[in-house]
Amino acid sequence: MLHLQVKLNRKEFLLDVGLQLPEQGITAIFGPSGSGKTSLLRAVAGLEKIQQGRIQVGTSIWLDTAQRICIPTWQRPLGYVFQESSLLPHLSVTENLNFGMQRALKSAGSVQTEANKALQASVELLGIGSLLQRMPNELSGGERQRVAIARAIAMQPQLLLMDEPLASLDAARRQEIFPWLARLRDELKMPMLYVTHSAEEVTRLADHLVVLDKGNVKAQGPVNQVLTQVLNPVVVGEDAGALIAGHIGAIDTQWHLSRFDFDGGSVWIRDAGLPIGKAVRIRILARDVSLATSEPQNTSIQNQLRGSIQSITSDAHPSQVMVVLKCGAEEVMARVTKRAVGDLALEVGRPVWAQVKSVALVA
Amino acid sequence: MRDKDSALRNLWCRLYPTHVEYRQRTRLKALRRKLARMNLTPDSWQAIQLTFELATLTTLLLLVLATPLAWWLSQTQSAWRAPIHAMVTLPLVLPPSVLGFYLLIVMGPQGPLGQFTQSMGWGVLSFTFTGLLIGSILFSLPFAVQPLQHAFDAIGSRPMEVAATLRASPLDAFFSVALPLAKPGMVTAAILSFAHTVGEFGVVLMIGGNIPGQTRVVSTEIYGHVEAMEYAQAHLLAAGMLVFSFVVLLALALMNRRQRQVV
Repeated sequence: MLHLQVKLNRKEFLLDVGLQLPEQGITAIFGPSGSGKTSLLRAVAGLEKIQQGRIQVGTSIWLDTAQRICIPTWQRPLGYVFQESSLLPHLSVTENLNFGMQRALKSAGSVQTEANKALQASVELLGIGSLLQRMPNELSGGERQRVAIARAIAMQPQLLLMDEPLASLDAARRQEIFPWLARLRDELKMPMLYVTHSAEEVTRLADHLVVLDKGNVKAQGPVNQVLTQVLNPVVVGEDAGALIAGHIGAIDTQWHLSRFDFDGGSVWIRDAGLPIGKAVRIRILARDVSLATSEPQNTSIQNQLRGSIQSITSDAHPSQVMVVLKCGAEEVMARVTKRAVGDLALEVGRPVWAQVKSVALVA
Repeated sequence: MRDKDSALRNLWCRLYPTHVEYRQRTRLKALRRKLARMNLTPDSWQAIQLTFELATLTTLLLLVLATPLAWWLSQTQSAWRAPIHAMVTLPLVLPPSVLGFYLLIVMGPQGPLGQFTQSMGWGVLSFTFTGLLIGSILFSLPFAVQPLQHAFDAIGSRPMEVAATLRASPLDAFFSVALPLAKPGMVTAAILSFAHTVGEFGVVLMIGGNIPGQTRVVSTEIYGHVEAMEYAQAHLLAAGMLVFSFVVLLALALMNRRQRQVV
């Protein structure tokens, strides 16, 4: 378990956070800029002076103001990936990788060969083998971030902290890094705190989600639960939608489609070359879902899900509402007009058909 | 008679170009003779040697002293920062004679430093090489501190934070990150301190006393030559200083340009 209790006075807000987080997988800390998410991460790393708080990772206490314990940053077994390039400019890629590793080795007292193996593994994991001799100013932004990530994980930290590692990159570079991050999540058992303001990164990478706003925790929990909490105004924007976990159940080679099965139904998605049985997630945006009270006939929309209305809540605009359906064990969100709710006499508990116009496959 | 002579010679010149060659040769000989007369005296050589010894020692000691001072100035949020910064910068604006005057009093037999050195059995520092060295270090302090401080400021806090997340202790990070990144600033500081020490005059005159082999440096040697109407000697030393200073500043500018291209 990861216990974070942090009180920190900033000019714009008071960061006041108390969290218990699982010690595995990626925990995304999500929120608009100025919500205190970077301050929180820096506090965990010990880069920010904290008035009052307690930080415990596993069994080791990193900070406890009540007991006057404060382990300095350089003695905390963590890895940190900064938002912009943070490679030491006077050192080559290899020297950058070794900088942290050699020092981590000394403090942990582990064997050189073991460390070399870890270094080799991280170089391979991030595909930077061909860059080792270069200087940081000879690398592209995406390559620099990959080296920075490799440098952090090579130290085999107890906790990996990432501060919007993709924010400084353009869309193409971001797509270039995503697969490496997904590999990181799947292949390393390292717990990660991942700060981001991008809903895409949350849905593609996170297992656990913490939503911050003005220094306070607005919501937290497993990512698919938090994302469907409609009352969560930070998450609910144009991008509000459901995240559903399932697997590929069938492939239709004639029409280039794959069937995604989950507890509550199945939808056809574009065939992305994934094998049958592969566990994947899909994202269905609320604006892409329409509702019908009887089974729709003669429609071009191929994907229909049966469910019952779980809740109807008002949305950002007075003309609209957010309807949450229960489809088996999963929840699907639909954004419809208030008038449609009246015309169709929609109410909680009523069975409906959801027509899904588009589905996005996420990592 | 002379006019007639010269007119005749002009005629000769037109008729016999060899005479022109002869005249040029004699002129060259005269120049050589003049140069021989201008050869540096042993005294001047001694002054040059002493100047370089003083400048080298000053530079080395300044780098050792100014680096931690500049680092502190660039990092601290202490209320002492502003007054210390002003103190360090003082020699830039103060007339050297003022600095020299106070040093003379402090180091003199009745001054606190003088009392101390006497009690330690070292005698009085004024009018000695050590005293001159102390004066030079104080006088050139801003020339060493400012480039270093700018270099440290330019690094910003990020590389040091990065080093901390890579398990480097603050001291380790200072030597393995801050110093290498501040290298251009260090080179500038060294060159400026050296050149400025070579060029100092007022402080030397006040606390050095112009003793040959002890405290007589090039700048005071020039002054002495001028006082004694030995203009040729003064010329030689002054031109040497001029060329030296220009070359140093040129090298600095070229170096800075290259650095900018690299970064």
